Amino acid sequence: MKVTEKDVAYVADLANLELTPDESTRMVADLNSILGHIDKLNELDTSNVEPLAEVISAFASAERKGSEKFAYAQRADEVKPGLSREVALANAPDTDGTCFRVPKVIER
Amino acid sequence: MDINTLTIDGARALVESREVSARALAEAHYAEIESRDETIGSYLTLTKERALAQAERIDCLAEKGDPLPPLAGVPVGIKDVLMTRGERTTAGSRFLEKFVAPYDATSVEKLEAAGAVCLGKLNCDEFAMGSSNENSAFYPVRNPRDTTRVPGGSSGGSAAAVAAGFAVATLGSDTGGSIRQPAAFCGVVGLLPTYGRVSRYGLIAFASSLDHVGPVTRTVKDAATLLEVIAGRDPMDSTSADVPVEKYSAACGRDVKGLRIGIPKEYFGEGLDPEIRQAVEQCIDGLRNAGCEIVSVSLPHTEYAIPVYYIVATAEASANLARFDGVRYTTRSPKAKTLADMYRLSRDEGFGAEVKRRILLGTYALSAGYYDAYYRKAQQVRTLLTRDFQNVFTTVDAVVTPVSPTVAFKLGEKANDPVSMYLSDIYTVTANLAGVPGISLPCGNNHEGLPIGIQILGKHFDESTVIQLAHAMEQQL
Repeated sequence: MKVTEKDVAYVADLANLELTPDESTRMVADLNSILGHIDKLNELDTSNVEPLAEVISAFASAERKGSEKFAYAQRADEVKPGLSREVALANAPDTDGTCFRVPKVIER
Repeated sequence: MDINTLTIDGARALVESREVSARALAEAHYAEIESRDETIGSYLTLTKERALAQAERIDCLAEKGDPLPPLAGVPVGIKDVLMTRGERTTAGSRFLEKFVAPYDATSVEKLEAAGAVCLGKLNCDEFAMGSSNENSAFYPVRNPRDTTRVPGGSSGGSAAAVAAGFAVATLGSDTGGSIRQPAAFCGVVGLLPTYGRVSRYGLIAFASSLDHVGPVTRTVKDAATLLEVIAGRDPMDSTSADVPVEKYSAACGRDVKGLRIGIPKEYFGEGLDPEIRQAVEQCIDGLRNAGCEIVSVSLPHTEYAIPVYYIVATAEASANLARFDGVRYTTRSPKAKTLADMYRLSRDEGFGAEVKRRILLGTYALSAGYYDAYYRKAQQVRTLLTRDFQNVFTTVDAVVTPVSPTVAFKLGEKANDPVSMYLSDIYTVTANLAGVPGISLPCGNNHEGLPIGIQILGKHFDESTVIQLAHAMEQQL
């Protein structure tokens, strides 16, 4: 077993997920079985292989380097209308009409 | 008019000639949905008011004899991961059960600008995570060809609606096969555009380096027509490519003689249903007879695609889904007293088991001590997988493979075994990882009458060749 109950609890905490004891047991088993399959990647020697985070630059023209490849995505820095406050707040579970309202962050 | 076989051109011709009004066409579809969708479960929300208002606009144009846009009056459905202003948009999740989208996705806006009538929002796996549509928080979709079987996922509603006569065409999203696999399971056509070909503005993000928006249709020509409408650079999506949009429908009917087709041996190995192998090989023979040159090729890193995919996709998902925090998107646990509780309890109540599983896996792969072993390693192998395609495409114009190792499986068959569910994506995740375009189209039925799909993958931004070949195959069946 690579992943223990403790690991799952730690990762759940990082991800802000609440797990019941049953869910936690199930996740330990599932993660171990998935990671068991993923370990197949260790068959490959990748010591001289660059990581690929996105495919656009891999296919973009060879003459352009680095961020130049994405020059088309640049735009003028102009102020444009966005969502109105009312629309932006419409889906919020709690607001004061101007801001999102959340439980108290700092206890005195 | 047979609503089950209507194509885009057919629907548009009816409206243009005023034989059937756009309104009557929409209403006929709603009547079908109301009488039969209770069994199939393809729609989550019907957007009647919006649809009928659009239909009226089209009918007015037709009445005046004005030139009609390319999708005039065509009834379409939208996967519920795409935003539709003023309409409920759930992503198949309990978390967004009451979420009303504040703006339209660019692809939806383009469809409506082209005259399409959006009938409603289609069921899918929660946040597009799944291969069977059983992960919808609301209800599973059933396969119209056999209601004891799954329609595939995650765009199960999009494929089922087209197969069942509940829309002429639909939009889906594809992160690891979510358009192509359900299209294959339901016996319809699904197109995965090149990464960057179609704007993702307004698509609820799952894994941003892999997510695509694309069409599900009854014919290859319809898929080409829809792609023409939704493709193109969008200033609202910085990953949308500045590459001219071709007249994809013009590729339909073009002679395929002389095209070089690669058959990657890794896609015909162990685990492939012999009936699917036979149907796909028969289709390949058809291309050979039409004058294509068929060559055996190798994509040697294929066997690593699933492990790479389930690291990259879950890592990106864990970051994308962090936005569901209990502050902005409708759901907040009433039990939460503190800020930390608000995050944890809202996410606990809002997310289903598969979403939690993927967030946990992705968080694990990105966490200190494991980042290099899992995430970086997966990105390095992704480079190798992408190189496989680059190499093969120096010698062939397209590759042809099966879509899925099996036909549609039974509901519940894989529900408790995530690894076996993940492995069913083996032939589709590669295209997402490499960013290449692909299409899934029917190539016959198995002995039980269940549809079999065939996949064509092409060069970056060469959807035209993919469509040209797919159309030739379609004509042979």
